[in-house]
Amino acid sequence: MTNLVEVRNLRIEAKTDSGRIVEIIKGVSLDIADGEIVALIGESGSGKTTVALSLMGHARPGCRITGGDINVNGKNMAALSEKQRAKLRGTDIAYVPQSAAASFNPSATIMEQVIEVTRIHRLMPPQKARKRAVELFRALSLPDPEGIGARYPHQVSGGQLQRLSAAMALIGDPKLVIFDEPTTALDVTTQIDVLKAFKSVMRAGGIAGVYVSHDLAVVAQIADHIVVLKGGEVQEAGSTTEILSAARHPYTRELLAAFEPKRRQAHADADAGAKPLLRIDNVTAGYGAVRDDGLPLIRAVNAVSLVVEKGRNLGIIGESGCGKSTLARVIAGIHPAAAGDIIFDGRQLERAASKRSQDQLREMQIVFQYADTALNPAKPIEDIISRPLAFYHAMNRQARSKRVDELLDMVRLPRALRYRRPSELSGGQKQRVNFARALAADPKLIICDEITSALDTVVAAAVIELLKELQRELGLSYIFISHDLSVVEAICDEIMVMYNGERVEQITPDKLKAPTHPYSKLLFSSVPKLDPTWLDGLVRDPELVSQYGHR
Amino acid sequence: MTMARAAASRRSLLGHSYNLVGVVASLVILAWTLVAIFAPYIIPHPIGDIVDDDYFGPMRQGLLLGSDYLGRDMLSRVLMGARYTVGISLAAVCIACFSGVVLGMVAAVTGGWFDTCLSRFLDAMNSIPSKLFGLVVVAAVGSSIPVLILTLAVIYIPGAYRFARALAVNINTMDFMTVARVRGESTAYLIGSEVLPNIIRPVLADFGLRFVFIVLLLSGLSFLGLGLQPPLADWGALVRENIGGLPFAAPAVIVPSLAIASLTISVNLLIDNLPQKIRDRDA
Repeated sequence: MTNLVEVRNLRIEAKTDSGRIVEIIKGVSLDIADGEIVALIGESGSGKTTVALSLMGHARPGCRITGGDINVNGKNMAALSEKQRAKLRGTDIAYVPQSAAASFNPSATIMEQVIEVTRIHRLMPPQKARKRAVELFRALSLPDPEGIGARYPHQVSGGQLQRLSAAMALIGDPKLVIFDEPTTALDVTTQIDVLKAFKSVMRAGGIAGVYVSHDLAVVAQIADHIVVLKGGEVQEAGSTTEILSAARHPYTRELLAAFEPKRRQAHADADAGAKPLLRIDNVTAGYGAVRDDGLPLIRAVNAVSLVVEKGRNLGIIGESGCGKSTLARVIAGIHPAAAGDIIFDGRQLERAASKRSQDQLREMQIVFQYADTALNPAKPIEDIISRPLAFYHAMNRQARSKRVDELLDMVRLPRALRYRRPSELSGGQKQRVNFARALAADPKLIICDEITSALDTVVAAAVIELLKELQRELGLSYIFISHDLSVVEAICDEIMVMYNGERVEQITPDKLKAPTHPYSKLLFSSVPKLDPTWLDGLVRDPELVSQYGHR
Repeated sequence: MTMARAAASRRSLLGHSYNLVGVVASLVILAWTLVAIFAPYIIPHPIGDIVDDDYFGPMRQGLLLGSDYLGRDMLSRVLMGARYTVGISLAAVCIACFSGVVLGMVAAVTGGWFDTCLSRFLDAMNSIPSKLFGLVVVAAVGSSIPVLILTLAVIYIPGAYRFARALAVNINTMDFMTVARVRGESTAYLIGSEVLPNIIRPVLADFGLRFVFIVLLLSGLSFLGLGLQPPLADWGALVRENIGGLPFAAPAVIVPSLAIASLTISVNLLIDNLPQKIRDRDA
């Protein structure tokens, strides 16, 4: 036994509700040496999380480990009893989940939850555990390491919570830590701090790690080795530099290519006199009690103006909480503005959607980030897509059925999908259905609110390509809201940077290298690059970070 | 482990999977429904006739379930009782659940003043003890089948409303509701097409539970003498009439109790074991 982890020919099966057995992991083998970090990378459904969980001997409900050896620290996890495995979890192997916010108990203090592992396994007295936790908080560069443990989970930020869940994993002194997409839900400016903290703690403790992710650039910063998975099989494995510089497998190349989306060519019909489709003047909106001046107490959007021209796209970029989604909701009339004008296609729009005419509603569609909640789970796809057809265009059953087929073709989905329910579709497919429903209305403007954020790199790139194609065919305009700069620069003619509810800068993609506003500088420099030395070499202006960074 | 066993006992038919418990429960319910419909044609003796010369007679040839406290045929009385118990309860639960669920969904979807006023009003209704309410109504307008149905329905509307509103409030926060609203859909479409399909299973379970409650409340009212008037008798009244037979271990008191139990338990079991459509990704 030379390596800490040796997985040989791992097979995992799942059972569908009709009793059919599907093999989801088909003979995966991998090695992890002491103190080494291995990244499992692949699209959703590739089995990367399933493989990572199997290292703890765990298979999700309905799944079963059917073959192979999982040797971790000299013990075969697949052969142990559940009781023996439970002893190893938290002490030998620890787990950091994707959503720290969902895995903390909101009604207990952070310290209580961080040291829970030592209590369950009787590792050390609580006094000592608390001291150890504070050391970890310091090592993970959390602010106020002495006091943060007394707070409740909702009193700290998402990035801090993610580092706290790492502290929870590390307190039992594990040999191996499994990170399940720990930074996917974070802003780029926050992601850097979290990644840096993870990297230094793991290196200092000589702890081995498994890092599950779909973001190659993030993985490049933290992993020593990369294993590329697809369809439950290892496609390619090698050191990080090998994979990044000399990828052999077509899927890996696709991943690399998706990371650098092709820049959108300047519009041929960019005539100077293009009519503005949507103009917004000094719009203010927010939440809380309305004060005497007619403005709400907390302003999420503060006196923002913007123009979208026909057939052109506007990108809105900023970190979470900057007001970009509220702005989208204000434009769509879901959250009526407190002040300001919205002029669409030459006519003034009412602030609330309920007062707009049916045609005005039809011409402006909004597509939400989470297709999971934006599609009614109780309805088949064809009902979902055909409702706008019946509602706006009063088509009869036959015409609707024909149009649903056309729309499914347009978004490159097989026609047979129309009989399925949303829960039976993959994330990318759901987002396409979500988009097809917006197209069904025959709109002029589509507001896309973070529509690629929940998708994998390759799938997101395909969705972006689709949007570009549809724009060429149908002459649509998009407002594209995202925190992901590469996505926005791939599709937009103009990019507006928002910070704290205000517009800080508006630039065109070709001037991205030279932003003028300090916040834009910080934001753009925080986007991870494929270069593995990028994170270590990154020097950020400490003044900028203290002014705009949320640690 | 329990999941594996449950899965193993499920069978499939016409693209639906069902299990044995659900089938047995639905057969029991079907049997009682048929009895309720055809009772007048299958009873061996008129329900008011005294056919035994002893009271609390044992089971025997000719009087399969023995006789009651006046020597009347118990089998006939139970069969006819099914009519009133099932019929009145079903009518009442349909009215209660339909109005409660519709009001609950509308309140959740529209919100604002409508929601606040309706919720407070129905909370106030809910605070009146159900038997007391039934007592007052019967004392005021007298006991008849339509009065019983309406009284029972009104008593159970607030519960159905609360339940449906709680479920619908969760659905109301989903993005697809926002999408439908921005599309300009009416409240009727929102509740019927977007909310209802997502809450129908728990609502059906609630329907079953509420049916059981109503059967029990109706039996309770009859037990107090506020329900159906003699010689008509539902199952609750039958238990009441024959309670004196308890020391003699008379079938007359056990049989109607078993009838109530078999119906209410079957309804619960059926609702927990409704057939499920098989949805397989690649099928």
